[in-house]
Amino acid sequence: MDFVTFFALAIPLVIIAAMVIAHPSPIYSALFLVLTLFLLAVYFLFLDAHLVAALQIIVYAGAIMVLFLFVIMLLNLQSDPQRLHQQGLGRIAIIGGVVLVAELLLLLQRSSSGAADTPLPDKFGTVEALGTQLFTTYLLPFEVTGILLLVAVVGAVVLAKR
Amino acid sequence: MVPISYHLILSGILFTIGVTGVLLRRNIIIIFMSIELMLNAVNLSFVALARHFGSMDGQIIVFFVMSVAAAEVAVGLAIILLVFRGKATVNADELNLMRW
Repeated sequence: MDFVTFFALAIPLVIIAAMVIAHPSPIYSALFLVLTLFLLAVYFLFLDAHLVAALQIIVYAGAIMVLFLFVIMLLNLQSDPQRLHQQGLGRIAIIGGVVLVAELLLLLQRSSSGAADTPLPDKFGTVEALGTQLFTTYLLPFEVTGILLLVAVVGAVVLAKR
Repeated sequence: MVPISYHLILSGILFTIGVTGVLLRRNIIIIFMSIELMLNAVNLSFVALARHFGSMDGQIIVFFVMSVAAAEVAVGLAIILLVFRGKATVNADELNLMRW
């Protein structure tokens, strides 16, 4: 990824992500989040993560965000004028955010090695390479994930039926 | 080529936007979306580091993070629906039943 591509993706990404938390209407927030996820998927493509980029669009932008929009429309949420915390807490939140960014940048500046990227192995990030790893080295976590999803489905149905 | 630190800085900024959203907003659905934003920021650094070290492990972890996020959203939104049915609000300030 060269610098032009990076900034062409990173600047809209930050602006749109900020719009997610800044917009008063929940529907617009959700749509901005969809846009953020799409931009991240493009970003993943440039980082040679092809399957992850496809999953990002299918699972996140497709399934998860539809669920969000569904719930927002079901609850018929309007944009609320009193959307922020009481005065003092909001200011503390913004200060906390700025401090967190400064802290992360400081840590990164101290730790960055400046080493060049390792040359990529063959088929890096393809469905084949990821699938092989998933069904051999990471077979147990994969099965546990299946059980987790089953528990989530049962939990959601039980909660919704109450 | 963009050095790895640029990706990590972008990931840090996105994560902080998510944290600020959780602290700032009162609508629990927006808070939930901010959590998704944080998960995605972490995914971004995993993918960038996987690319940097030429190892697939980072991308596999992203796969697991995505499935955990999907499970979390399914259960979380069901809970939000239940809360809304009981109290008819999604404002986190008014949901103080479990407050000490």
